[in-house]
Amino acid sequence: MILKHINAIVVGAGAGGGIVAKELSSAGLSVVLLERGDWVGFQKHDHDDLINQREPVLGNGFGPDERSPRVSEGSSGQWAIVGPNDSGYGNNAACVGSGTVSYGAMAWRYMEQDFQMRSLYGAPEGSTLEDWPITYAELEPCYEKAEWEIGVSGDMRANPFSSPRSRPYPMPPFPYNREGRILETAAKQLGLHPFPIPMLRNSVPYGGRNACIACRYCVGFACEISAKNGTHNTAIPAALATGQCELRTNCIVSEIVVDDHGQARGVRYFDAQGRAQYQTSDVVVVAGAAIETARLLLNSKSKLFPTGAGNRHDWVGRNLQGHAYSGALGIFEEETYDDIGSGATIAISDFNHGNPGIRGGAVLCNEFIRLPYQFSGQRPPGAALWGKAHKDFQRQFFKRCVAVNGPVQEMPRFEARVQVDPVVKDHWGIPVARLSGQRHPADIETGRFIAARAEEWLKAAGAVRTWTNLPGTAARGGQHQAGTCRMGRDPKTSVTNSYGQLHDIDNLFVADGSLHVTNGGFNPVLTIMALGFRVGHYIAQNWKAGGFQ
Amino acid sequence: MNRKLAPESAELSRRTLLKVMAVGALGAVTGIGSTAIITQLEHVVPSRYFFFSENEADLLIAICEQIIPRDDTPGATDAGVIHFIDRQLVSTLSRHQQNYRVGLEAFRRTCQQVHRLPFEKLTFDQQTATLRLLELGKVPKELWGEPSPQAFFKLVLNHTRQGFYGSPRHGGNRNYVSFKILGVDYPQIIGQNRYVKGGL
Repeated sequence: MILKHINAIVVGAGAGGGIVAKELSSAGLSVVLLERGDWVGFQKHDHDDLINQREPVLGNGFGPDERSPRVSEGSSGQWAIVGPNDSGYGNNAACVGSGTVSYGAMAWRYMEQDFQMRSLYGAPEGSTLEDWPITYAELEPCYEKAEWEIGVSGDMRANPFSSPRSRPYPMPPFPYNREGRILETAAKQLGLHPFPIPMLRNSVPYGGRNACIACRYCVGFACEISAKNGTHNTAIPAALATGQCELRTNCIVSEIVVDDHGQARGVRYFDAQGRAQYQTSDVVVVAGAAIETARLLLNSKSKLFPTGAGNRHDWVGRNLQGHAYSGALGIFEEETYDDIGSGATIAISDFNHGNPGIRGGAVLCNEFIRLPYQFSGQRPPGAALWGKAHKDFQRQFFKRCVAVNGPVQEMPRFEARVQVDPVVKDHWGIPVARLSGQRHPADIETGRFIAARAEEWLKAAGAVRTWTNLPGTAARGGQHQAGTCRMGRDPKTSVTNSYGQLHDIDNLFVADGSLHVTNGGFNPVLTIMALGFRVGHYIAQNWKAGGFQ
Repeated sequence: MNRKLAPESAELSRRTLLKVMAVGALGAVTGIGSTAIITQLEHVVPSRYFFFSENEADLLIAICEQIIPRDDTPGATDAGVIHFIDRQLVSTLSRHQQNYRVGLEAFRRTCQQVHRLPFEKLTFDQQTATLRLLELGKVPKELWGEPSPQAFFKLVLNHTRQGFYGSPRHGGNRNYVSFKILGVDYPQIIGQNRYVKGGL
């Protein structure tokens, strides 16, 4: 069966793709949004401590499943086939809304410095550190759109390191929980500048959706009252409401078809019944997140691009980044737990930049609520892992433990990468992603520095014992995966221009974290959303001027 | 104090005994070989486990009880951790069936060789010391292959924690015992003015 030709295909209904689909369909383009997962939500996956995106010990709630394996390099140079719930897989999600359904919903703008890392710090040896081809100021209007259209609660006035904003947040910030209040006093004593974490979650009713009821099960779970804002309950419904966008779920895209003139013609995919389909379009936008986007481009071989679409200079799949999470835990004499979710309320941005001898840094936040099973794995070095002593610790400190963590900005590396595996194929016969490479040693150093700051903060707050968590050495992207199709001015050292348009194929775009040149010392989702607005607006504008047709 | 036997194991032993006595009496009256009838009856008595034999279960219950022991609050046996593991082994975690079957047998033989007693017959402190050696891999090497003693211990440790502290729907954490111990409401109490409005 030949499918009707349409204007734009968007591959991936996550943070970036959902927004591009909405931008294009509301500009009048006919859009097909292809998603490998399905609609999921609280009805399908509710509050299960063992089945969620944070603790997938009995499965993950939001995809993908075992039909989508990957190959991952072990620390010893050994290759292993890994499933979505194994470490080393770097899973995010596979469903309508993708990670935005189950995320913790921190809504960070990167700082001005984050766009100019190379100019600011110089590239360390063994790193491909580079500036973004755009400044913060150029992306600022798109951040604002994301905050207002998707919905963010926050107030940056207490953060002197915040980048300039042209408009406040649409909703007031969430108040500090008990942990937040304890940490606020301590931060001020230390001369630091605490402020409430901006959240893609409703502090008051917004966009026709409820205000948050402060439930315990937030990060890792779908919101039962739709008070957490992702593309599944904002941009994608808006796209569908235009009548111009068709969402096809359970569709696995295997290839972007590129013709002999270097133009994208459409995509091949397997539909929900497993039938091979070929959808043609004027424009193709890939938004499958850094690992799957790179995999799809690499699997799209053509006469002009025999090693994959846009891969003329071997940069597709390179610079895989995530965050080298570092931090500390502290136990207290008094109760710190008040059962008010999501739990993460307070941040300091004092250590994102300007740290002596260190490139970049991280925002430090108190951690989301740790559920009982999760807490049973968090113990100081040397503490009992079982028996009465372990149980006693659990009883004594479940409500007397505070964790402070920071997403440490990683140095991009050429060898931290996504390839397609020469042998292993997924359920649909498509070569799988193969992940390899180690973090730059500087990331571990920065991690130590950030963990030490977290520890100081906890001690000042009255912790009677503290211990640190340091990052591992493997670079696998994880939920914050980024960087594999980075934007840039030089086609020899980047994959797309500053609008996500491939240097080599002008009707093929990328609109997800793959574009990030560097990944900031913050959770990346608001930046991915902002780039979705930027890429979508650019395509729509060119379309109206007669481009791509 | 005897901690090793679950209340329901004791119950089963008693039932089994009564059953055997009854069959024996029946055999004597009818003249039919009682062994044959016992064999038949064994098939119609439903097992309490999907995967484990009674002997395996008794041993694993004792190990789990060491990992999260009962004290003034319930332990792994009370929480039904054995049923959590048993259920997962015939569904989501079926890939670990062999690890349990082989690991439990290797551990049974380890106890027999080291103590000349089944694990369940050791004192609580002896059990603790034996498990410590298992955790460290200090066991007779000839009795262990795949899984390694350390890997087997870690597997049971993780599954015990999951069964005790995870959601009750999976067969463990019976009656929300661990949530009660920690003072965590379940289900959550929401929408009863418990949270300050606006923030709430």
